[in-house]
Amino acid sequence: MNSLLLLGSIPKLPLANWIDGFVDWLVQFTGFFNAVTNFIGSINNAFQWVFDALPIWLFIVLILALTYYVNRDKQNWSLLIFEFLGLLLIWNLNYWRDMTQTLTLVLTSSLIALVIGIPLGILMAKSHIAEVILKPILDFMQTMPAFVYLIPAVALFGIGMVPGIVASVIFAMPPTVRMTNMGIREVPDELIEAADSFGSTEWQKLFKVELPIAKTSLMAGVNQSMMLSLSMVVIASMIGAMGLGTKVYFAVGRNDAGNGFAAGLAIVILAIILDRLTQSLTRTRRKN
Amino acid sequence: MSTNKSTKVEVKNLTKIFGKRIAKAKELSRQGKDKSEILKETGATVGVDRADFKIYDGEIFVIMGLSGSGKSTLVRMINRLIDPTEGEVLIDGENVMKMDKKKLRDVRRKKMSMVFQNFGLLPNRTILENAEYGLEIQGVDKDTREKKANEALETVGITGYNEEYPDQLSGGMQQRVGLARALANDPEILLMDEAFSALDPLNRTDMQDQLLDIQDRLHKTIIFISHDLNEALKIGDRIMIMKDARVIQTGTPEDILTHPANEYVENFIENVDRSKVLTAGNVMIRPMTINIEKAGPRLTLKMMKANEVSTAYIVNNERKLIGVVDANDVIKLVREKKGDITPIIQTKVPTTDEDTPISDLMDDISQTGIPFAVVNDKRQLKGIIVRGAVLGALAGNEVSDFE
Repeated sequence: MNSLLLLGSIPKLPLANWIDGFVDWLVQFTGFFNAVTNFIGSINNAFQWVFDALPIWLFIVLILALTYYVNRDKQNWSLLIFEFLGLLLIWNLNYWRDMTQTLTLVLTSSLIALVIGIPLGILMAKSHIAEVILKPILDFMQTMPAFVYLIPAVALFGIGMVPGIVASVIFAMPPTVRMTNMGIREVPDELIEAADSFGSTEWQKLFKVELPIAKTSLMAGVNQSMMLSLSMVVIASMIGAMGLGTKVYFAVGRNDAGNGFAAGLAIVILAIILDRLTQSLTRTRRKN
Repeated sequence: MSTNKSTKVEVKNLTKIFGKRIAKAKELSRQGKDKSEILKETGATVGVDRADFKIYDGEIFVIMGLSGSGKSTLVRMINRLIDPTEGEVLIDGENVMKMDKKKLRDVRRKKMSMVFQNFGLLPNRTILENAEYGLEIQGVDKDTREKKANEALETVGITGYNEEYPDQLSGGMQQRVGLARALANDPEILLMDEAFSALDPLNRTDMQDQLLDIQDRLHKTIIFISHDLNEALKIGDRIMIMKDARVIQTGTPEDILTHPANEYVENFIENVDRSKVLTAGNVMIRPMTINIEKAGPRLTLKMMKANEVSTAYIVNNERKLIGVVDANDVIKLVREKKGDITPIIQTKVPTTDEDTPISDLMDDISQTGIPFAVVNDKRQLKGIIVRGAVLGALAGNEVSDFE
């Protein structure tokens, strides 16, 4: 009883202060964070430049052609019709530029999530120590409310697209890492033995056996990451990331259900298109 | 096996202990404790315990044992998929255990290839791409490796499936691809880990025959792991029997059958289906032959009377089989005073070769009236198979040489 009372009398831990201190400490590396900001910003701008340069009709044709191509062995006509009508609706509602901004944010953050996430997943599959260290970090990244990332992101990367992308990357990366790890660990022992017994180097084993066989699960991770980063667009709009999220965010502020839903619908259409496209990439394709 | 053969692989004191407390486990095994006692006392599993043997160049060496006997661990130590706890593996006198990564990779690429129980084919690659794998990782150019892979696929009898994927083929076909992949590297040593165990009995027999056929042409050193004694006796030049991580007996199939080292081996061979072990060559007897180029009807009849047979086998000067004659026909010919026996020769004689297992002939032997003629590939008559001799052999009796 006494000890419990004693426990209650411990003063509140200054956890918040510690974290503030850590963020303040990070802020002094302005040069580094500026460089990162510029780097991410330029990827983002490159995507945006391409999307702005494309006439809208051509953009729609390209997306339809891409869908047709990735489904070439088993054509999905209803998806093509849905994409066509959905994109026309976004155009008609005047959300085209917002949609491309959102798409840019999703593509940039997914790309970064892949580039960091897949090697981390491989490392995790190959090293027990890496797995033990990374697992709790991934859990933390995914369960921490996404809003929280915005605060240090602003402190370190300022306002605009880049902090939104950084927050999305942190939130969206775990599935890619996890699924890569799982995919490689699930490669049958006999195939690993076969690769080794023929004298493969570690890299040959990775690129010729493990990654191709883990591909399905790896692509499922990519798909999930993309969906998670799309779910971040409204949250990211709070720190100035432009796009459909901004429309939703403003509509919330003005209690404007109509425009809120219209912009939300555009996000849904974009989500479905991205989901179906990455899912068809997941399927194993054969030559004959 | 003859002693003049050169040693290809030599295994000395090879031991593998899995788990912790290896030193203690080793000590206990030196004291003669068995696998289960050591597991209980230390928690360590003895995979292979001080194996010592030699494998000769060009032989099929079968390592046989039930599951858990350590045979798969043993074969994996030969190419170091598993690193031994202690001991040596010498290939052409070179110690595999002392090789660095690069040297080991080189040996795996050039000297030995492995065939796996569940085929180990890459599901995302076509048959041709699978067969090319070993060459591809050596950096062999596309044309050469395609050519070699195609040759290997042809050797195992898989043609026209190059663009298919492994799961589109039956198990037997997949394992042929596994064998082709191993052969494409043109290795000196083939490690076959329960290679035919996942196949149905018919396919398994086919593959065994094909392996023997390929071996006749290519003369590899084959280390074959099996839990099936019939298989071991059929394909092995020598057999090594393992039990609970230890080597129990090494010898030719004949040795093992006639001089089992202990009760364990005795119990094992009791269940052997002798019809699969015994071949036509084992049970054939010497027939009464007539040289057509020397003998007419009278001499033929005289010889048949002397040998007390009703059927004689007609051969030419090179001992090539021409047919059989029946005593009644010969008598008729003699009465008609004709000088040539050619018209009465029945040329439809069932034939087989010396290596055919009796089990394959059983049905036919029980149905045909004329005994099977055993001929070699030049159709020279080596012997005949009569029903009585087959039954005797199956019952375990020695086959006498004459009718």
